[in-house]
Amino acid sequence: MPRLSSAVELTALQEELSACRAEKKATVIVCGGTGCQASGCQAVKAAFVEELDRQGLTDKVTLRVTGCHGFCEQGPLAVVEPSNTFYCHLKAEDVAEIVAETVVGGKPVERLLYEDPVTGDQIEREAEIPFYASQDRVLLSQNRELDPCSIDDYIASGGYQALAAVLKDRSPEEVIEDVKSSGLRGRGGGGFPTGRKWETCRAAGNGDGRYVICNADEGDPGAYMDRSILEGNPHTVLEGMLIGAYAIGAADGYIYVRNEYPLALANARTAVQQAREYGLLGDNILGSDFSFDVEIARGAGAFVCGESTALMASLEGKVGEPRAKDIHTVEEGLWGRPTTLNNVETWANIPVIITKGPDCFADRGTPDSTGTKVFALTGQIKNTGLVEVPMGTSLRTIVFDIGGGGHDGGDIKAVQTGGPSGGCLPVSKFNLPVDFDTLAKAGSMVGSGGMVVMDEHTCMVDVAKYFLKFLQEESCGKCVPCRLGVDRMLEIVTDITEGRGRPEQIPLLEELMETVSEGSLCGLGKTAANPVRSTLKHFRSEYTAHIEQRRCPAGVCRELIHYSIDQETCNGCGACLQACPHDAISGEKKQSHSIDQETCTKCGICADTCKFDAVSVN
Amino acid sequence: MITAAQKDLDKILNSYPDEPRYLVEVLQDIQQASGYVSEDAILATSDRLRVPLIEVYRVASFYKAFSLQPRGKHVITVCAGTACHVRGAPRMLDEVAGQLGIQPDETTEDGLFTVECVNCLGACALAPVVVLDGVYHHHMTPGKLRKLILSIRKAEQEAAAHA
Repeated sequence: MPRLSSAVELTALQEELSACRAEKKATVIVCGGTGCQASGCQAVKAAFVEELDRQGLTDKVTLRVTGCHGFCEQGPLAVVEPSNTFYCHLKAEDVAEIVAETVVGGKPVERLLYEDPVTGDQIEREAEIPFYASQDRVLLSQNRELDPCSIDDYIASGGYQALAAVLKDRSPEEVIEDVKSSGLRGRGGGGFPTGRKWETCRAAGNGDGRYVICNADEGDPGAYMDRSILEGNPHTVLEGMLIGAYAIGAADGYIYVRNEYPLALANARTAVQQAREYGLLGDNILGSDFSFDVEIARGAGAFVCGESTALMASLEGKVGEPRAKDIHTVEEGLWGRPTTLNNVETWANIPVIITKGPDCFADRGTPDSTGTKVFALTGQIKNTGLVEVPMGTSLRTIVFDIGGGGHDGGDIKAVQTGGPSGGCLPVSKFNLPVDFDTLAKAGSMVGSGGMVVMDEHTCMVDVAKYFLKFLQEESCGKCVPCRLGVDRMLEIVTDITEGRGRPEQIPLLEELMETVSEGSLCGLGKTAANPVRSTLKHFRSEYTAHIEQRRCPAGVCRELIHYSIDQETCNGCGACLQACPHDAISGEKKQSHSIDQETCTKCGICADTCKFDAVSVN
Repeated sequence: MITAAQKDLDKILNSYPDEPRYLVEVLQDIQQASGYVSEDAILATSDRLRVPLIEVYRVASFYKAFSLQPRGKHVITVCAGTACHVRGAPRMLDEVAGQLGIQPDETTEDGLFTVECVNCLGACALAPVVVLDGVYHHHMTPGKLRKLILSIRKAEQEAAAHA
């Protein structure tokens, strides 16, 4: 392991590694992110290793297992270069043909090519796939270039050059100015100007030291941007933190990774280990006076620890209870010292800003929300995955052009953005540009980037209940308005979904929303009302139907629906009887079946199972 | 006589400096090693890290990652994130309730299965997601889950019969 003691040595290593890469006649890129691991990429990788060896190609072809490409529903996926051929839904048995036809022969294997779900066209080149082509993948495109467990890959792609340039030629103040003029705002949800945060932190302190923290406690359900970046490109996050630590004057940093991301945790640990071995963490980095090291800490399953003061309490070994921020953490944070906490995606943008210059970043997006943002587009949508677009792109473009519209032909009715702190926006608002200020004014927020698409099968009152239940579980309990207010709001919304709703509960709900927002200390409580507020505002008719007609238009709320089997359509195949987990269905073979309404819990599994549309919900 | 659990506990406590700030990390390691945080572990941690017992208990009961009760041999983790919710996660819990008679955070009487919910595993494009004994299952259906549970049950019954 070479220990790099100067920028010159780093560049020499980069040139040597790039030359080695260029010698290989082909590269097979296999996605190894969490999503593809779940769908079986390990078997595909093993098959490639075996087949390349069998054909004597191991030294001639690079097999690179990368982090998440963001197109998870297509996994396991692989790309063969130099033809840029994209293959998806791969199995181990497909590999031999790919090696023979594409790697060696340069021809595609048609049956394994991607088929566009909107047009039905087969597309060979990764670069031409509409899902990718309509994005601006400044950050995400880096993932395919490197194995996250290889610091050599990162260096070969130009990694740590931004740090070298900064240590050699820029003063901390100049770096802060660059970040300020880029207009970068925090990508974790707060949207606070990063450069200003760093500047205030640098100015604070009394000589006892400062800290930088990477918040990788991505707790918003439905959001996995940070997972993909930290899992797929941990060195770029480290490099960002190094540059930030230099600018702020910190010698110690922490990466706080949530427990539920074991692969991101493992890859971050490997990256730190490797960076230390190469002398990129530790004393006198690249021969400069700058010393910095990083410790990795694990989250323990508390959503509230995504909040900066709660996270710092957790790092100190305590319960994750936030504190009032009349004194900001940039002045008194971890152990009372000036601390800069930034999100994974924020840190990942720093090397890009230094390398390409702040103007290149600021040229994308809108004047007040510059740069690109990674979104996790999921839910009832055809193309689910990670989408990186310039800020200011409309919801319509993201949901319909990139997302391909509704899944299973459903009619999209809303998109939920910003996680539990955000809100639901109806289709009529889809022309809105996605930027920090516009979405906030519309009653939602960009948040960390989660975007869950909902169609006519989603009940918006149930969505409000879902988020209230989530917040009730995750509330730390410190503030009475949050602890009890969320409980009471949940009670009311539960009453509504279970057929006990009364019109007078709505004004009470509205009063509670205000009290919880005003009386809570931290972001969790302050924004707890948003999901209810936005659904009440844009989907009032659904609340009215539940309360006045005891009806759930989407057919979701179990107390308000019942399932029945059409006696004429049912052919007695028995599939629903087998599938019912509550033994609520009876019937003889080949005779029509029926549901015992007393035992039935309205879970809907029978309706999903029936291939003859004999089960309906009323 | 020192039990295996005690040996594990000593090893964990020896691998960290004896400072209160390592409390969460220590409990994480204990949870991973034994599947839960026992009363003995809480007492030993309080003693070694010099953190008041009530504070250790407070931290152990605050964070969802820590279980204060032993968990089943097979842990079924149902992702309850938003994307999984809209794509049918509640039905997984129905299936578990029907097959095993337990609700989230409960363990079957035979100690074989525990079911728990987690708020988002970050595999949202593959919703609904269920993790069984550390293996991720994507696009889960109640039917697939039923088959998985039954196959584990069968394997356990066969193992018990041989033993």
